[in-house]
Amino acid sequence: MSTSVPNSDLTGVDAVELGRRLAAGELSSVELTRAYLDRIAAEDEVLGAYLHVDAEAALARAGEIDAARAAGEELGPLAGLPVALKDVFVTEGVPTTSGSRILEGWRPPYDATVAARLKDAGTVLLGKTNMDEFAMGSSTENSAYRPARNPWDTDRIPGGSSGGSSAAVAGSLAPWALGTDTGGSIRQPAAVTGLVGHKPTYGSVSRYGLIAFSSSLDQAGPMARTVLDAAVLHEAIGGHDPRDSTSIDAAMPVLTEAARRGAEGDLSGLRVGVVRELGGEGHTDGYEPGVLARVAETVALLESMGAEVREVSCPSFDLALPAYYLIAPSEASSNLARFDGMRFGLRVGDDGTRSVDEVMALTREAGFGPEVKRRIILGTYALSAGYYDAYYGQAQKVRTLISRDFTAAFDDVDVLVSPTTPTVAFPLGARVDDPLAMYAADLCTLPASLAGLPAISVPVGLSEGLPVGFQVMAPALADDRCYRVAAAVEAALADARGHRFLDELARRAAAA
Amino acid sequence: MSTATGARLVDFDDALTRYEPVIGLETHVELGTASKMFCGCATTFGAEPNTQTCPVCLGLPGSLPVANAAALEATIRIGLALGCRIATWSRFARKNYFYPDIPKGYQISQYDEPLCTAGHLDVEVDGETYRVEIERVHLEEDTGKNLHVGGSTGRIHGAEYSAVDFNRAGIPLVEIVTRPIPGAGAKAPEVARAYVTELREILLALGVSEVRMEQGNLRSDVNTSLAPIGSLEWGTRTETKNVNSLRAVERAVRHEIRRQAGVLDGGGRVLQETRHFHEDTGSTSPGRSKEEATDYRYFPEPDLVPVAPDAEWVEKLAAELPELPAARRARLQEEWGLSATEMAWIANAGAVDLVAGTVAAGASPADARKWWLGELARRANDAGVELAELPVTPRQVAELTALVAAGTVNDQLARQALDGVLAGEGDPARVVEARGLAVMGESDELVAAVEAAIAGAPDVVAKVQGGKVQALGALVGAVMKTTRGKADAATVKRMLEERVLGG
Repeated sequence: MSTSVPNSDLTGVDAVELGRRLAAGELSSVELTRAYLDRIAAEDEVLGAYLHVDAEAALARAGEIDAARAAGEELGPLAGLPVALKDVFVTEGVPTTSGSRILEGWRPPYDATVAARLKDAGTVLLGKTNMDEFAMGSSTENSAYRPARNPWDTDRIPGGSSGGSSAAVAGSLAPWALGTDTGGSIRQPAAVTGLVGHKPTYGSVSRYGLIAFSSSLDQAGPMARTVLDAAVLHEAIGGHDPRDSTSIDAAMPVLTEAARRGAEGDLSGLRVGVVRELGGEGHTDGYEPGVLARVAETVALLESMGAEVREVSCPSFDLALPAYYLIAPSEASSNLARFDGMRFGLRVGDDGTRSVDEVMALTREAGFGPEVKRRIILGTYALSAGYYDAYYGQAQKVRTLISRDFTAAFDDVDVLVSPTTPTVAFPLGARVDDPLAMYAADLCTLPASLAGLPAISVPVGLSEGLPVGFQVMAPALADDRCYRVAAAVEAALADARGHRFLDELARRAAAA
Repeated sequence: MSTATGARLVDFDDALTRYEPVIGLETHVELGTASKMFCGCATTFGAEPNTQTCPVCLGLPGSLPVANAAALEATIRIGLALGCRIATWSRFARKNYFYPDIPKGYQISQYDEPLCTAGHLDVEVDGETYRVEIERVHLEEDTGKNLHVGGSTGRIHGAEYSAVDFNRAGIPLVEIVTRPIPGAGAKAPEVARAYVTELREILLALGVSEVRMEQGNLRSDVNTSLAPIGSLEWGTRTETKNVNSLRAVERAVRHEIRRQAGVLDGGGRVLQETRHFHEDTGSTSPGRSKEEATDYRYFPEPDLVPVAPDAEWVEKLAAELPELPAARRARLQEEWGLSATEMAWIANAGAVDLVAGTVAAGASPADARKWWLGELARRANDAGVELAELPVTPRQVAELTALVAAGTVNDQLARQALDGVLAGEGDPARVVEARGLAVMGESDELVAAVEAAIAGAPDVVAKVQGGKVQALGALVGAVMKTTRGKADAATVKRMLEERVLGG
C-alpha cells in the first residue's frame, strides 16, 4: 500500500522553488504551511512521521513571516518555508522526547543551535518527527510511541533512526527535515525512501541541543527531495558554534554552488573509488542484487560523465560493525545516565518509602525501551574495569585503522562510493527480533561515521519497486564533493527518466 | 564514636613505638574563577539555591560542556608552583556513577591523562624539612550539594526529604594528590597539617582561590595506614573525608593512628574504607566500604577536545609566577635578620603578611614581630579569632610603634591606644589624642607630682639618701600612679634623683 497523491501540487515541489515563490510573493507562508498541515492531517495517522505537531503555532508563525514580508522587512531565502525537526533536537517550549517515554511531556527551556539557526532564518516549525528511541535503530520501530512507515509501501520501514523525517519528506508531509546520523541514521532512511540525505563532516554542524546518543559520532544533517535543497538546508545549520567544543572553527565550503556545478554534469578529472568491501567482489553477502545493479549502473554513469573510476580496498571496513557496536553503546551508556528521574522527565516510584537508588532504577526500568536497555548494558560492560582494553580500547584502535584506510584511499581518489544500504526497505517486523540483522542495515554507512567523514545518499533508481540509495564519501570538510557528485547523478538520472525521482512516488499514488 | 571493630584507642606515643604511619592527602580546591568549569554560570558563594544554573550545569539533555580557559590556566599555574611536569597533551574523562548531586550521571574529571604530574612540596615541622611528593594535579567539576531536611544529623540517614542545590555543580575543582608520605613517624599528623597549610599559602599567593576552608573552598581527604615498624609492606589505608580545617587534618591523622593501632594490637584487620571525621569528638566513623566500591567506568570525555598546552605559553606562565611563600619567607628572614625559628613562629602564627605589611609601613622588623606575636596574638587568642581578623591594620600597628619610638607613648600607653584602635576609635595617633594618652613632658603638673611624692614619703627619701638608691623605685611608682601612667618613667627617675640626691 502506498499513500494518497499529494492533494496540493505545492507539497510535491522542492524547497528551493517554494522559497522562490514565497520571495516573489506568489505564495504565502500561511498557504504553504496549511498545505503541509492538511497533508499531515490526512496521512500521518498511517505514516507515523510526527510525534508532535502544533498546527496553531505553525500557522501563527507563518502569519508572522507573511506580515514581516508584507511590511517590507529584509528576509532570508528560507523565510516562510516549513521544516520538520527530528525529535532528538531540543526546542524551547516544544515537547521533545527523543522517541522515549522517559522524556514524555518534557518541554525544554532552550533551543538546539540548529533549531535556533532555522528559527532565525525565518523557517516555520511544522513539528517534531518520529524516531527510534534515542536514535538507536534502523527502522523507527524502536520508537516508544509508534512505528513510522515508508510512503513507498506502508508495510515497510522508512529506515531509522531518522525514519519520521524520511517518512515526512518522502510522503510530502514536510518540504525537508533535519535528521541525525550516528551510524547511518540520515543516509539509510533517505536511501530507503528515495531522498537525499547528507551526514556532514563530524564537527561541522553543532551538536549543542542534540540529545546525545554517541557523542563522538552524532551529526545533524539535512534530508530533502533534491541535492540542492539538502545543500541549502545544510548551509543554514552549519558553521562554528562556540557552545560545542568539538565544533570545527573553519569556513564551510559553498555547498549550494557545488550542487549547482554538479548538476551541469561534467565530472571530468574526478577520481572515484568504488569500495570493494562495501558490496564489491567477494563482499556481496547480504547485498540484494537489485541494489548492486543500480549501484553498478551509477558507477558507469559517473564514468560517462568523465570521472576516472577505480576499485579501492579498505580492508578494515570489515571491522566497522563490531567497533561501532562497542563505541556507540559505551558512549550511550554514559550519555543516558542523566535520565534518572531527578530533574526532568519521567519519575517512577517516588512514594516517600523508596530510596533514591530505587526511584532511579524504577524510572529507568519503566522509561527505557528494550533496545536502549540492551545498548546501555552492552556499553556498561564494554567500559567496565578489566574489559575496557579488550572492548572499548580495541574498538578505538579499529577506528584509527578505518581512518587510515580512508586516508590512504583519498591519496588516490577524490571520493569513495558504495551502496548506502545492502537492501531496499524491509517489511515492518522483519528484523525486530534479530538485532544483528537490524544492525546490518548500517553496514555501508558505518565506516564514514567512525572516521567522522562526510557522506551523502542520493537515490539512483528502484529495485523491486523500492528506492535504492547511492553513497558518496569524501575527506573531512570536503562535503562539497559529496554534493557535487550527488547532483551530477541526480541530474543525469532525471534527464534519462524524464522526471525527478520522487515524482515516481506521486505517479504511483495517482495510479493507485 | 565507635571504631569499626570496637577496638580501643591506643595512646598516640605508645602506638608509635610499634607502628610506622604512612599518610597521603587528596586535596580539592575550588577555583575562584568568575564562571563555572563548563558553562557561563556565576560562582558566587551563598546565592539562593539553584539560581546559578543553566542547561549545561543542570545536565539537561542536549547540553554540552565548554572548558573554562581561566581554570585551565589556574591549574597549570598550581602545577608549576608545585614543580610539576605540565602535560603537553591532556584529556578530560568521564567518571560514571549515579547520585542525585551529579546532574549528568557522570562527573567530568581527569583520569590517566592529568594536566600536571610529578611535583613536590617541602614542608617544615620543628625545624625539619619533609618532602611531600605530588603525584598529580588535575581539573574537574564540583558536584551539586544535597540538603537533607529533617532528622538530626543533616545527613541522609533519618532525613524527611532531600533537595539538591546545583549552584555548586560545575564549579571548577582542582584535585591535588600526594604520593604516600612515609617516614614522618610521630610527626605524621603535623606533617599532614603543615602540607595543607603550605598548600593553602601557595594557592593564596597564586590568587587562584579564596581557599576558605569553612566555605569548602579547600577540602582534604586524608589517607592513613599503619605497618609494624620494620615491615617491608605498607598497611591497609583508610580515607578520612570531611576534614575541613587545618586543625582537623592533624586530629584526623592522630585519631586514625590511635584507632588503627588498637585494631592491629587486637589482631584485627584494618578495613579499606572511607571514614568521616567528626569535628566535635575529633574521631572518625566508617562510611562506604571501598571493597564494594563503584566501578567508575572512566573513558575519555568525547564532548571535549584534548587540552594541549603550548610550551611557550607554559614557559610564560612559569616566568610570571609570583614569589612563592617558602622563597618569600627565606628572603624576609634574611631581610629582617631573624633566626629560622623566629621566622617559623611568624609563619605558624599566619603573620608573615601582617609583619611584612607593618615593616613596609615603616616599623622595624623587631617591633613589628614583637607586636604581632605578642600583644596582638594575645588579643586574637582571647577573642578566638585569627590574627588577620583583628580590626587593626599593619599600617596602624606601624603607627603605634612609631609613637613609642618617638616617646609620645610608652608601652603601657601604647597598649591603651591599641584598645582604642580595636574599639574602632580610629588610628593610633587619634586615639592617643582623644584619650589623652601622650606621655607627659617635664611640665608643671609632673614637677608637682614629683615634689608631692618626695614630700609624702620622707622615710623613703631618707633610705635613698642613706645609700639605698633602689628604694627610689617606690617614689617612681607613686608618681606614675598619680599621673595614671602617662609620665615617662625614665624622666620621672631623673627628676627624682635631681631632687633627692641633689644630682
